[in-house]
Amino acid sequence: MQTDLLQEARRQAEICNACRYCEGYCSVFPALHRERAFADGDLTQLANLCHNCRGCYYACQYTAPHEFDLNLPKALAEVRRDSWESFAWPGPFARLFQTHGLRIAVVTVLGFALLFWAIRAIGSAGGDGFYAALSHNAMVAIFAPAFLFPLFSLALSLRAYWKSVGGQPLRLSHITGAFGAVAKMKDLAAGHGDGCNFEDEDRFSHARRHVHQAVMYGFLLCFASTSAGTVMHYVFDMHAPYGLFSLPKLLGVPGGILLTVGTTGMAMLKLKADRNLADAKAWGGEMAFIALLGFVGLSGLMLYALGSTALMPVLLALHLGAVLSFFLLTPYSKMAHGFYRLTALIREEQNKSPTPNPKPAAAA
Amino acid sequence: MTSPYDIAIIGGGNAALCAAMTAAEAGAKVLILETAPKAYRGGNSRHTRNFRCMHSGPLGPLVESYSEEEYFADLMKVTAGKTDEHLARLAIRTSEECLPWMQEHGVRFQPSLSGTLSLARTNAFFMGGGKSLVNAYYRTAEKLGVDVLYEAAVTHLQLDSDRIAWVDYTHAGQSHRISPKAVVVASGGFQADTDWLTRAWGEPAKNFLIRGTPYNRGVVLADLLEQGVQSVGDPTQCHAVAIDGRAPKYDGGIVTRLDCVPFSIVVNKNAERFYDEGEDTWPKRYAIWGRLVAAQPDQVGYVVIDAKSLNLFMPSVFPPLKADTIEELAVMMGLPADKLRATVEDFNAACGDTSNFHPTELDGVTTTGITPAKTNWARPITEPPFYGYSLRTGVTFTYLGLKVDDTAQCSTKDGPIKNLWAAGETMAGSILGQGYLAGYGMTIGTVFGRIAGREAAAYAN
Ligand SMILES: Cc1cc2nc3c(=O)[nH]c(=O)nc-3n(C[C@H](O)[C@H](O)[C@H](O)COP(=O)(O)OP(=O)(O)OC[C@H]3O[C@@H](n4cnc5c(N)ncnc54)[C@H](O)[C@@H]3O)c2cc1C
Ligand code: SF4
Ligand code: SF4
Repeated sequence: MQTDLLQEARRQAEICNACRYCEGYCSVFPALHRERAFADGDLTQLANLCHNCRGCYYACQYTAPHEFDLNLPKALAEVRRDSWESFAWPGPFARLFQTHGLRIAVVTVLGFALLFWAIRAIGSAGGDGFYAALSHNAMVAIFAPAFLFPLFSLALSLRAYWKSVGGQPLRLSHITGAFGAVAKMKDLAAGHGDGCNFEDEDRFSHARRHVHQAVMYGFLLCFASTSAGTVMHYVFDMHAPYGLFSLPKLLGVPGGILLTVGTTGMAMLKLKADRNLADAKAWGGEMAFIALLGFVGLSGLMLYALGSTALMPVLLALHLGAVLSFFLLTPYSKMAHGFYRLTALIREEQNKSPTPNPKPAAAA
Repeated sequence: MTSPYDIAIIGGGNAALCAAMTAAEAGAKVLILETAPKAYRGGNSRHTRNFRCMHSGPLGPLVESYSEEEYFADLMKVTAGKTDEHLARLAIRTSEECLPWMQEHGVRFQPSLSGTLSLARTNAFFMGGGKSLVNAYYRTAEKLGVDVLYEAAVTHLQLDSDRIAWVDYTHAGQSHRISPKAVVVASGGFQADTDWLTRAWGEPAKNFLIRGTPYNRGVVLADLLEQGVQSVGDPTQCHAVAIDGRAPKYDGGIVTRLDCVPFSIVVNKNAERFYDEGEDTWPKRYAIWGRLVAAQPDQVGYVVIDAKSLNLFMPSVFPPLKADTIEELAVMMGLPADKLRATVEDFNAACGDTSNFHPTELDGVTTTGITPAKTNWARPITEPPFYGYSLRTGVTFTYLGLKVDDTAQCSTKDGPIKNLWAAGETMAGSILGQGYLAGYGMTIGTVFGRIAGREAAAYAN
């Protein structure tokens, strides 16, 4: 990892540790105040606990032009991105996407192209519905590895992360504690429950939490929809296309809507927010990823609406192409943050055993 | 000359904002003149972390209860009786209704910070600290229609017998004059004006550091005193503490605090000890050491601890100097090495049984046979590496201020000034003659800011 980024985060963490005013905002500060000196792994862990709500920036009496030049959200965002790049597998290839919207776009176009080619070259063996355009077996042949490979890659990365932050053997309570925090997106409400300082300087708002929830639940619903379809196909021998009141549609349609609306909202918030309070380098990559995710949702909905028209094969190629690139990019794009954050929260549950620093003076 | 504003408020810290919001809610058209740029708005209030609040039962983040009598007794202990009882009790009693009022106006509280549990009952901590409080108040004030002008330095209030006739200020390189119906002064003390501080305290003041804003230079205070507005408080006194000698000249704030003195020996630039480092627990000694250091040559002290004490106090903002021998540390700190060696050896030889050592209690582990003695936590400095800090005097605020009555109104010797009120640090001398009680500054600002806003609005309407 880059030592200059770590050193800057360390410098700022030391100032925060002497100050402590932001203790109530999020999980970062209680974790920070447990340490006295910050090893690289400590900083990596802190960085992955931060969700860039910016509360601590606007509250800080030491931000520029003050000579202490505090900007903790940015310092941690840079360490975070750097940690993801250094843990990503396989090596150099993995580092390409966090910061580069253009590369994400290129992969997406390649995904489209592959699917167009597949539809033309492989086509179907005369199936129904979507399988009239691309046979079920061809879909499986493309998507099974495209799904499994990223999981494998992520597992390796998270293992590297776990090692670097000194993770201990897991207990169930660590995991349930962490999932509890995620389910509520507790930190995104901030310690006082008023939300983030994101799109309008120091005004607290829930907008970011809400769009993020829309994206997360939208994504999970879409994923559940696909899983339901897979189970129905293999276990119950019920084949697509499914009707509106089938499980895949009941999950997929609201999921697609949430995903589309959520990503649009997220992109709008990101356009308004101050880029200097995050990793400015990663902005393009993040935006491209949001666009890709939104397109997955939107193209899925369009496919549902126009699936019985002549546009179907084109839409199918676009949708499946987007899904394909989305899967493949998961370990190397912003999508990885969810996995890292969950891992960091599990590690935090382990760390919570109390070994507090000495008491500060009750001065002034 | 007319002004579109009913009330001009001078300053942009806690007291000013409380006055502005209260007056605007009462229907007045309010202008805030803040000399600092937006990034530095909020004066010393942006450096605070809590306010002290009376409460008869659990209230917001506060546990148990804290009665008027106990609060007042705590105050009397630190001011050695130099307290205006009527105004002090008014501030204390009103503090209880302030907490919910602050929440309604956007302030959020958090549980007592890690390591400050001793304050969990008496002091309500602002989530994110004073700057987030200030931010919330600016948001609320602007919603209430208050106009804010940054980089607007007030230079003069024209006193015509018993009224302020106009206010002069500069903004964007131009001079302006407005004639609001009423004026509230909330522009803090004068501690950032080193020349004034030096006139009051003497030459040593040139080496003092200012813990808070560089903008509280007492311009309006001096202007009003010159015109015969009544003052209160000892002009030669300021509240000062010992802080990390590497702190910036201004605005170092809370992080420059150093808590290591009780576990150390402290020497001056001649490598001589000069005071009992273990006299009492640190919070109680914090302010004394500001004065002790101010009395030493070049107004600087040097703290020496050894490895076994490093983790006994809150981490410092800058890492300490570190060396394997006392001589090396002396060289790093610019002290005479032989002399420091001798001082440490004398001290070590005077240490006795340390088995009762207890870092958070007065443990009675004392030296024998040296002057000054160290009467608690006296353990020999023997275990390398050795660590060093420098100490300087950091000024928090000055005591000289405007004299006000219980409606926050200012006066001349001929009686009240009809349209002038003062709130916050600039009138705190009316209540506290010396000493300071953690969290009371924000209480005074909130209570008297609201009173000043209410009175000014009643006059203007
Ligand atoms: C490091 C530090 C920590 C502290 N912590 C606490 C704490 O935890 N709790 C507590 O109760 N107290 C604390 N205090 C004391 C507290 O800061 C003050 O008591 C309180 O902030 C005073 O509020 P105020 O509004 O009167 O003054 P300030 O907040 O200082 O505001 C004065 C305002 O006037 C403006 N101004 C000055 N001159 C002019 C001019 N000529 N024209 C226009 N504007 C002008 C300044 O820019 C500033 O905005 C602390 C002080 C320091 C330095
Ligand atoms: S971000 Fe600023 S205010 Fe918050 S804890 Fe750190 S130094 Fe203190
Ligand atoms: S940006 Fe938000 S989540 Fe990150 S450290 Fe600051 S307060 Fe915590």
